[in-house]
Amino acid sequence: MSSSFSSTTSSDPTSAVFGRLSWDSIPYHDPIIVGTFAVVAIGGVALLAALTKYKVWGYLWKEWFTSIDHKKIGVMYMVLGIIMLLRGFADAIMMRLHQAMAFGENMGYLPPDHYDQIFTAHGVIMIFFVAMPFVVGLMNYIVPLQIGARDVAFPFLNNFSFWMTASGAVLIMLSLFVGEFAKSGWLAYPPLTGILQSPGVGVDYYIWALQIAGVGTLLSGVNFVVTIVKMRAPGMTMMKMPVFTWTALCTNILIVASFPILTAVLAMLSLDRYLDMHFFTNDMGGNAMMYINLIWIWGHPEVYILILPIFGVFSEIVSTYSGKRLFGYSSMVYATVVITILSYLVWLHHFFTMGSGPTVNSFFGITTMIISIPTGAKIFNWLFTMYRGRIQFDVPMLWTIGFMVTFVIGGMTGVMLAVPPADFVLHNSLFLIAHFHNVIIGGVVFGVFAAIAYWYPKVTGYKLDPFWGKASFWCWLIGFYLAFMPLYVLGLMGVTRRVSHFEDASLQIWFQIAAVGAVLIGIGIACFLIQLYVSYKKRDQLRDETGDPWNGRTLEWSTSSPPPQYNFAFTPRVHDNDAWWQMKQHGYKAPREGFTPIHMPKNTAAGLVLSGLSTVFGFAMIWYIWWLAGLSFAALVICTIIHTFNYKRDYYIPVEEVEKVERQRAEVLA
Amino acid sequence: MSEHDHHAEEAPHSTFKGYMIGFVASVILTAIPFWLVMSDVLDSRNATVLVILGFAVVQIVVHMIYFLHMDFQAQGGWTMLSLIFTVVLVFITLFGSLWVMYHMNVNMMPSMMGG
Repeated sequence: MSSSFSSTTSSDPTSAVFGRLSWDSIPYHDPIIVGTFAVVAIGGVALLAALTKYKVWGYLWKEWFTSIDHKKIGVMYMVLGIIMLLRGFADAIMMRLHQAMAFGENMGYLPPDHYDQIFTAHGVIMIFFVAMPFVVGLMNYIVPLQIGARDVAFPFLNNFSFWMTASGAVLIMLSLFVGEFAKSGWLAYPPLTGILQSPGVGVDYYIWALQIAGVGTLLSGVNFVVTIVKMRAPGMTMMKMPVFTWTALCTNILIVASFPILTAVLAMLSLDRYLDMHFFTNDMGGNAMMYINLIWIWGHPEVYILILPIFGVFSEIVSTYSGKRLFGYSSMVYATVVITILSYLVWLHHFFTMGSGPTVNSFFGITTMIISIPTGAKIFNWLFTMYRGRIQFDVPMLWTIGFMVTFVIGGMTGVMLAVPPADFVLHNSLFLIAHFHNVIIGGVVFGVFAAIAYWYPKVTGYKLDPFWGKASFWCWLIGFYLAFMPLYVLGLMGVTRRVSHFEDASLQIWFQIAAVGAVLIGIGIACFLIQLYVSYKKRDQLRDETGDPWNGRTLEWSTSSPPPQYNFAFTPRVHDNDAWWQMKQHGYKAPREGFTPIHMPKNTAAGLVLSGLSTVFGFAMIWYIWWLAGLSFAALVICTIIHTFNYKRDYYIPVEEVEKVERQRAEVLA
Repeated sequence: MSEHDHHAEEAPHSTFKGYMIGFVASVILTAIPFWLVMSDVLDSRNATVLVILGFAVVQIVVHMIYFLHMDFQAQGGWTMLSLIFTVVLVFITLFGSLWVMYHMNVNMMPSMMGG
């Protein structure tokens, strides 16, 4: 192989400048992509023009892009998640539509080559750039408020993490219009992703997008572990932490422990591809199975990284809307910790069929079944919390009940897949696809929408319109069952995943039902967006002045909505794990005097600059534009060093301003 | 960010005596394996490897106590807890991978198992 470095030394002078990039890299011959590009370009230009016309660039730059306020970063993560959800869903609906028609004579409307890129992009985007930003965004907004802190431990790092995640998302989006994306499935198994089988730029887009976003994820993991361990309000012992904070702690420990493995595996794959090494090749002692083994040592904890904070969300919601203390707080904590550790002992269930034999398979089959026990305990805790509670069926509670029913079904099919002989039949089938969508949509997605409905008034100061929220919930719930129950049936009949054309006409009806379900989910997403718009229009009617619209139990509800920049003028003292509830019971009154200046971190553009340079670096590496890669890497190092000499990192909010804000708040409450 | 974060932190106990004990212990723990190999003290090669591994483990512990200042009290026990957690995970990752790959080779490629 003489792939990489020879290209710069080849006789063609343009390749020294542009690497592999040429006009042929732009897929202008594909009408679908050109159409998409036209829509994105027109929409983008319109958006930029609108931003310029209404002069919001300065506002965005000062108040959002360079902000290191955890609340604003949290909101930016959520916005990123919503945007990428639209992209990931567009991929989903294209696949459903294609599979519903591609039978017999009809070849569908997507060439196989394009179809492969779509299912890969769908998986990568939904996990890394939808679910992860949502979960990290929720933790960002809520955790410091719940533990009575003014920000996270490393506020600049937090802004940097966000922009690195956004940089990965930009690279993925770019692959749509410049070059191609990987055709390998969302975990990019070699040898298919080796340089011999995938010489194009698709896998390189995959690698660099994930590596750059991975830096952000890892750093925010470190940030939150330190924040939760070191910055809790006095009196908040570990066993007095709110459950959401507990699950956030466990999730971030999982991030810190497992993401380095992903980084290492992808680094080895890049060495294979760029420097002709042989970690995962078929010859020279390489072993592709080792890639699968290692990536799942990251991959299984990853699914718990996504679901644990969502368990925390549901715990908060269930106890708030049942008007009761959470049933079995300590068992909830122990279940979370047990899941954290067990999540490292089950990875092989993703490849029972690889041939490790009965000893190994039965060990991992049993650990997988064991992990359903703490999860089941959580379900019972939520049920017992609701039992004899005064349940209010607000939108977050609807999502929670929808989750409990749906997630239990997904959990049961998971236990079926955990039985190795059954897995030999169901492996790689649509049954598996139905299973993990069942737990990820029924768990993570429902949880994120529940969380948005629950905490939205905290962020904006007004509640979300319940009508459109309910419409969105019912469309999602029914749409989910219509879209994925047929896949269970098809999977049991032996239909495998990632197939773009079918001969057996008797299967078509199931795919058509699934497509209807996907359309219904699309309407659910539309209802959610309409809900945001309608609620904004009706914000005066929906306004909440108290900061505590749901009669909440944890500290975030003790602040105004939205909270002041410094969150708490005085660090609260905690005596109970439902700290705010206990304060309300004892007739807590916010202090009116004795304020001191508040020490706060200053905004900085460093995170945005570094992430921009990383995007350029990633792009240059993908296209073998070595001079640009060297230049941008050098710039990255230099900018990092310059940033370390920035000593103007903090300032004090003067007493007068704190007094003014707190007085206004007291007047509103009076 | 606020006053309460700092009260539980003790600075690392970096005394001259501590560093000297650590330094001397490390030198001794390095010199012995060196001598074992250079003078062929033990008859069996495997025994030498095992003894060196043993010294390596002791060396790691010495570094952690005297240079990284780890004990059960530092940072309210969090340092030790995270160390134990890390060791367990590294063990699971390494041992688990070896176990999985060994069984796979036995089952799928018996011819490559060296007889």
